[in-house]
Amino acid sequence: MNWLFGSIAFWVAAWALNVWLANSPWRERRAVRIAIPVIFGISILVLWEGVVRGLQVSPVVLPPPSAIWARILQSFDILWRDFVQTAIKGAVSGYVIGCTAAFLTAILVDRKPFLRRGLLPIGNFVAALPIVGLAPIMVNWFGFGWESKAAVVVAMVFFPVLVNTVQGLSEASEMQRDLMRTYAAGYWQELVKLRLPAAMPFIFNGLKVGTTLALIGAIVAEYFGSPIYGMGFRISTEVGRLAIDMVWAEIAMAALAGSLFYGLVTLIEKWVTFWHPSQRG
Amino acid sequence: MTGDWMREKVLPVLTVVAAIFALWYGAAIWMNSSWTLAQAERAGKTLTFTEIVKDTMSQSRPKLPAPHQIAAEIWKSTVQKKITSKRSLIFHGWITLRATLAGFALGTAIGILMAIAIVYSRTMELSLMPWAVISQTIPIVALAPMIVVVLPKIGIEGRLIPKAIISAYLCYFPVLVGMVKGLRAPHREQLDLMKTYNASGLQSFLKLRLPSSVPYLFTSLKIGIAAALVGAIVGELPTGAVRGLGARILIGDQFGNPMQIWAALTCAAILAGLLIMIVGLLQRITLKRMGMAE
Amino acid sequence: MALMEKPLQNEQGQGADCPKETVIRARDLDLVFQTNDGPVHALKDVTLDIDRGDFVSFIGPSGCGKTTFLRVIAALEEPTGGEIMVNDLTPDEARRLRAYGYVFQAAGLYPWRTIAGNVKLPLEIIGFTREEQEERVKKVLELVDLEGFERKYPWQLSGGMQQRASIARALAFDAEILLMDEPFGALDEIVRDHLNEQLLKLWERTNKTICFVTHSIPEAVYLSTHIVVMSPRPGRIHEVIQNPLPRERPLEIRDTPEFLEVAHRVREGLKAGHGYDG
Repeated sequence: MNWLFGSIAFWVAAWALNVWLANSPWRERRAVRIAIPVIFGISILVLWEGVVRGLQVSPVVLPPPSAIWARILQSFDILWRDFVQTAIKGAVSGYVIGCTAAFLTAILVDRKPFLRRGLLPIGNFVAALPIVGLAPIMVNWFGFGWESKAAVVVAMVFFPVLVNTVQGLSEASEMQRDLMRTYAAGYWQELVKLRLPAAMPFIFNGLKVGTTLALIGAIVAEYFGSPIYGMGFRISTEVGRLAIDMVWAEIAMAALAGSLFYGLVTLIEKWVTFWHPSQRG
Repeated sequence: MTGDWMREKVLPVLTVVAAIFALWYGAAIWMNSSWTLAQAERAGKTLTFTEIVKDTMSQSRPKLPAPHQIAAEIWKSTVQKKITSKRSLIFHGWITLRATLAGFALGTAIGILMAIAIVYSRTMELSLMPWAVISQTIPIVALAPMIVVVLPKIGIEGRLIPKAIISAYLCYFPVLVGMVKGLRAPHREQLDLMKTYNASGLQSFLKLRLPSSVPYLFTSLKIGIAAALVGAIVGELPTGAVRGLGARILIGDQFGNPMQIWAALTCAAILAGLLIMIVGLLQRITLKRMGMAE
Repeated sequence: MALMEKPLQNEQGQGADCPKETVIRARDLDLVFQTNDGPVHALKDVTLDIDRGDFVSFIGPSGCGKTTFLRVIAALEEPTGGEIMVNDLTPDEARRLRAYGYVFQAAGLYPWRTIAGNVKLPLEIIGFTREEQEERVKKVLELVDLEGFERKYPWQLSGGMQQRASIARALAFDAEILLMDEPFGALDEIVRDHLNEQLLKLWERTNKTICFVTHSIPEAVYLSTHIVVMSPRPGRIHEVIQNPLPRERPLEIRDTPEFLEVAHRVREGLKAGHGYDG
């Protein structure tokens, strides 16, 4: 019971600290803006640990964070191999192929206003569909290896990136295009010097959405067939064996991979679209 | 005007749809022909091109079924089956729809409540917002099998709730982001005006912030309902479910029946289209009534 | 439209020192836009000659076609009738030879480029060498008093400075005709005065032909050699006023009776032009 009340007390104290920090004179400081969510995250972990121990929750239902951490350290080799298989080979390769294909398609589509008007509503609709359901078909077509995972990822990221890029390419204002006309600029000059830079904030929206979808696609595809490693494979087999701590270890890895992937793209976005009002702040 | 609308909107879309169908048929012929040719070779026959095309359109387990085959499969498993039948796609669609709606309601409620908390409390904003963003970078499907296995152990039975939780997880974030934007939409002057009336916090919430947020809310709801459907199907995929569109995909895969997978996928797409349309309709009606329609 | 012959004659009478050369020649120009509410007659029977080195202001209520006329000159708009020549070429041919520096009401600088990068933009497109780009950027930024801001981004500058940068951009490739569409319309009066003064000096130094759209009477009178008064529905030229003020114009000239007299004539012209609008 000490665990339970202790952890609750810790959480309350952490919350109080956050309230104080959030209303303190230094609240606009960068360090404080980072510290507050970190303190909140730690307090949740402590609460989780305390509740599980205090109420003696079965590890089959919910293992405490300390047990998950121990499992991560113990099985790091397995986790790493799974990570490489799913996140790097499946998700990232599919992501790169899918985004490149979508980008090139968007450039082609953009040349014909007729095509653009036809494709935009359809692309928007398809982007909202549960494309992840294609997973078994891709596994059927491309086999159990990472190629089928990459194929699912390609299908999932293609439309969001396509739609955002096409939309972004029409972002440059009429006036700026007129300006290009007075310079007698050619199509490619206008594209490279005006429309692509203006489209970047939109393109990055698509790219960011894609990062999450990529991992989802790669993991789900493994539920339908994979070699004997990979994050999705591990999760589904360990759930079957009720080794929930290992499942959580994989989830932690997946969360880390997802956040890193998203963070990386966000960083590149900051660097490329430094000039956009949303980035200047 | 209607002529313009046809030319500007409908015609391009129809053209692209037609192109997609043409590509699809082409791909079906190409992908299915290897099986056709292998069969013919085994039988020692040589086939003409028309014979090949004909065969690729009518295989029972094609690599890529042609659209009309999928349509026939859907017809067979909707109109020609009783709704209560385990083979009716309407039945399975209903199971998925239920989970979708439950998850949508839950996710929307969570999203709105969190948005209110974030708009009114700086501590909440600084503590929660980063984690909300991170939560979306976590591939929820990693959690799905575990949620399905663990929930019954703590006394929650049935498959509806686990699926709804996954749905809600995918759907709450767009609602949260849209609502935060919407609740912050009123201008400084509008808020100052409320102050000059000495309006209470609740009054300025109900009379200013909430109405201002409605257009934003609906935009998010359209994204949210599509996300909720994806969540429900993802919840059915990896967990050995036997009912629901996701389960049809799973079973189709296990029994090597691609037609069934494609039929279920198409139904999911139709369902998504209908749901988005309904929310869009509600949006138009509501905004018109509130005098906010463009 | 007998009015239109006047400036031509006046020019010839006045410019005894150097022979006048017509740069822009418009004859019976018509432009009808097809809109959802039916056809809109943006320009009707516009006939006008603009000589090299002129500073011509176009003034009139909104809808009088002053911006449209500028856009026709720059080949951004295709006339539906009549004839227009720029240096004895069609506007589009002149555009391809980069005859125009266009300045819009909004500065329209690219936020992802520095000030120097923005000025360099047309130079890159036209294909100047790297050294020449640097040289020209330096020169025009000096011309508009923006030395030292090369590496700043547009959003780090005030509105007036942004507009100066956009003028520098238009000057960079030495287009012989400067088309300015209410370039100072969005700025406050104090900044505007300052920029007007600078623009005059710049015109003095470069001797460019400038077409300047405005709806400020003092601005038009202060800046131009000719003031074209236009009236709306259909957009047409009502009157061309020859500005008798000397080329040397300190800001204080705006308080002199001569200045007020011209301003008065413009105002009368605007009133009369609006009159037969019904």
